[in-house]
Amino acid sequence: MPDLLSPVWAAIGDAPPSYTPREWESLLGQARRSGLLARLALHFSDRGWTATIPERVALHMSSALRHVERQKTEVFWEIDQIRKALKNVPTPIVLLKGAAYLFANLPPSKGRIFSDIDIMVDAKKLEDVERALFAAGWISAERDPYNQRYYRQWMHEIPPLRHVTRGTTIDLHHTIAPPTSRFKVDSNLLLQQIRATNANGLFVLGQSDMVLHSAAHLYQEGEFDHALRDLLDMRDLIAHFAAEPDFWPSLLSRAKEIGLEEPLFHALTHVQRLFGLSIPQDTATDLEALRPGRLKNACLGALLREAFRPNHPDCDTASTRLARWLLYVRSHSMRMPLHLLLPHLLRKAFMAHFPPKDPAPNTTQEQ
Amino acid sequence: MILSALGEQELLKRLTQGALVIRSGPFKFRISSTIENIAQDLDVLYADYPVCNPSEFADFNLALEQGVGVRRWWRRQVRFQFDGLYPFEPLPISHAYPQLEWAMNWCISTQAHFYLMLHSAVIEREGFAAIMPAPPGSGKSTLCAALVNRGWRLLSDELALISLPDQLIFPLARPVGLKNDSIDIIKAYAPNALLNRVTHDTTKGSVSHMKASPDHVNRMNEPAAPRWIVFPKYVKNSPAELTAYSKAHSMLELGRNAFNYSLLGRDGFEILSKVVAKSDCYQLVYSEFDEAVSIFDSLALKAASKD
Repeated sequence: MPDLLSPVWAAIGDAPPSYTPREWESLLGQARRSGLLARLALHFSDRGWTATIPERVALHMSSALRHVERQKTEVFWEIDQIRKALKNVPTPIVLLKGAAYLFANLPPSKGRIFSDIDIMVDAKKLEDVERALFAAGWISAERDPYNQRYYRQWMHEIPPLRHVTRGTTIDLHHTIAPPTSRFKVDSNLLLQQIRATNANGLFVLGQSDMVLHSAAHLYQEGEFDHALRDLLDMRDLIAHFAAEPDFWPSLLSRAKEIGLEEPLFHALTHVQRLFGLSIPQDTATDLEALRPGRLKNACLGALLREAFRPNHPDCDTASTRLARWLLYVRSHSMRMPLHLLLPHLLRKAFMAHFPPKDPAPNTTQEQ
Repeated sequence: MILSALGEQELLKRLTQGALVIRSGPFKFRISSTIENIAQDLDVLYADYPVCNPSEFADFNLALEQGVGVRRWWRRQVRFQFDGLYPFEPLPISHAYPQLEWAMNWCISTQAHFYLMLHSAVIEREGFAAIMPAPPGSGKSTLCAALVNRGWRLLSDELALISLPDQLIFPLARPVGLKNDSIDIIKAYAPNALLNRVTHDTTKGSVSHMKASPDHVNRMNEPAAPRWIVFPKYVKNSPAELTAYSKAHSMLELGRNAFNYSLLGRDGFEILSKVVAKSDCYQLVYSEFDEAVSIFDSLALKAASKD
């Protein structure tokens, strides 16, 4: 069965898509897998297609909507707890991704599912922030000393912090891409353009930076479970920001300034291909100038095309699996140079085969 | 068409091709697997359930896959896959059947938020439902298995599906999960009950499932209104005793033993309070099934004569 999901957003006319019962089932599964079921439901109602949804499908959509509504309440509350925990640390707390869309009241927050809460702080304040969060009950979920060191030495975030009683997770970043990667981003440049939200002490990235973060994330990721969601986030952000006339030129110049032209180029190509994003003519010309070398572009484009299909057995083929595997390998090679990467992968392989005596608890079977 | 009408060949074919769609209460499950034994267990436990046309819409599409790599041959494993996700750790292949039952419960309890879902057994008599919530180990499934062999209708041994608009409880009428000593206790108490083969050394110990009576399966479209909430407690050698339990405590306990009470927020609170308001709440201490059954029967008799 094909990717039924992204064409729903690409449809231009007013005619609702029509499906066989079995296709509805697959659409539902693909949307669930991509974390987009609630968003799909809202899209159908925005387009006035609700009446075409079979009763049973509508029930499952209502279930997903209830789930995201509840999550929204919980995330607001949780972020308020974070804000309180950090009120004596004199540094701006920058919300990233879902939390940012929610607090800045941006379109992608509608129906969006959360996994973790992502925040970014000035690298110089990282220790103070971590200490204050620790005092409020967030402790590192990573117990393995090697992994701890790996994160802290090479990554753009510290290991996830989990709250001792509530089990909620914070990803604490000090920039948006690994410092060892080809696309390292100077966090000072990002911090210069942050914007305040209505909540005291909480900030979000500048408009262009928000789009670029999403692009950088997609481009460097080795896992694609949320790829379609992230692409839709970009589409919705751009559609919203593009109401301001200088959005496109400033997005492009900002991409050059912080060194993310290549991720932006690829992300926009796929948002356009999948969801029919319209890019103004002069921007399209400028964008063309960012196009990476032809061969590389063609290969990577083809791999991403495969990988951005919903990660659901109905649309899995040998080539999607191969593409995801190649991109997974690539994501590692981009994160760090080979002389760091090889020892790391060897170490990880060793750890997988000979797990430590007291491994971190696996997901227990809740039955 | 019911499952037993498929025949062994066709059942196996549908199971391996993702074309087996079984209905249990309001839900249709598309089940696929290449693990040989699953068909045998389904044939025993699901013989009377409707099977749907494979081209129909199924609520949940679940697969029990074999282990990957060497685990396909050596210390074989079963992996539950749902929409491309693997929610649980792989289990030894001999656990495949109980894994399927748990996976079906997992699908409902994590996805069907159009019901308020309590972690309880539910049985029915005279159109009235008794909800039996209980933490694991309190004997709710065992008592439920005993009662459904003595005239009470099985709605579910695990999941109370409470409809949001009218608080009616919908049946699943699925096989009743029994573990360890309960297996022999029920075999002795209801010699006609049909149980599938026992799986040993699971996370719950030895487990087996008891087939739901065909009559209960045939009535799986009939919901029932909540009438009683009974917290059972098995106490060795104790005479059966029913004592009134406060509605406030009942509400708290039910909320604590629910799958999506907090997810439903205010709606969850309002629906649960209506259920509790409509129900007589009790605690039941028992050791002998017959005594417990006669207490339940007298509740039903009283309710029937009142209405």
